[in-house]
Amino acid sequence: MTIQATIIDKLSTALAPSHLEVINESDMHSVPANSETHFKVVLVSSAFTGKRSVARHQQVYAVLKEELEGPVHALALHTYCEQEWLLRQQQSPDSPDCLGGSK
Amino acid sequence: MDIVDTIKEQIASNQVILYMKGSPNQPQCGFSARTSQALMGCGERFAFVDILSNPEIRAALPAYANWPTFPQLWVDGELVGGCDIVCEMFEKGELKTLLKETVAQHADQSE
Repeated sequence: MTIQATIIDKLSTALAPSHLEVINESDMHSVPANSETHFKVVLVSSAFTGKRSVARHQQVYAVLKEELEGPVHALALHTYCEQEWLLRQQQSPDSPDCLGGSK
Repeated sequence: MDIVDTIKEQIASNQVILYMKGSPNQPQCGFSARTSQALMGCGERFAFVDILSNPEIRAALPAYANWPTFPQLWVDGELVGGCDIVCEMFEKGELKTLLKETVAQHADQSE
């Protein structure tokens, strides 16, 4: 299973998202072609209702602990509850470009 | 001093401190660049630590913070978040409010 598929699988199971995007953005960074190091995750779940952003991100990090300790170097996270997602008109921000710092 | 004690001391003695890759003027990562730009856009002073030149801090802080990646912004002894959270707060105007309130509060206390 690819790392991308593993991330989708784990997040789907743990957080029952109503919307989930896991985008491999590794080609925006200074890593070999076809790497799975940099991801962007957009996750909408009722599990986030009433929680501060820090707590939401920590919840996602806990689910993906093995991946973050291993191959995954960066994880852009955009976490919303249903209502916030509707207010955003279902759009998430873009990730920044790489500036070439060492891994 | 133990490295975790060093981190605690940094977080306690700086109201606003950013752990990042590179420096605000020469960031070494897009996420660190964006976060330091948001902070600079708020007009308050902030401290920063370049974790690329401090490998012990880079190794120890994620476990202490329960936060696996950099950058990390700490305000008034608390983790605010990484790039995504800081930039979202900046866009909503919340970051400036938080920093202004924190700085004002500490100014009151020192009078």
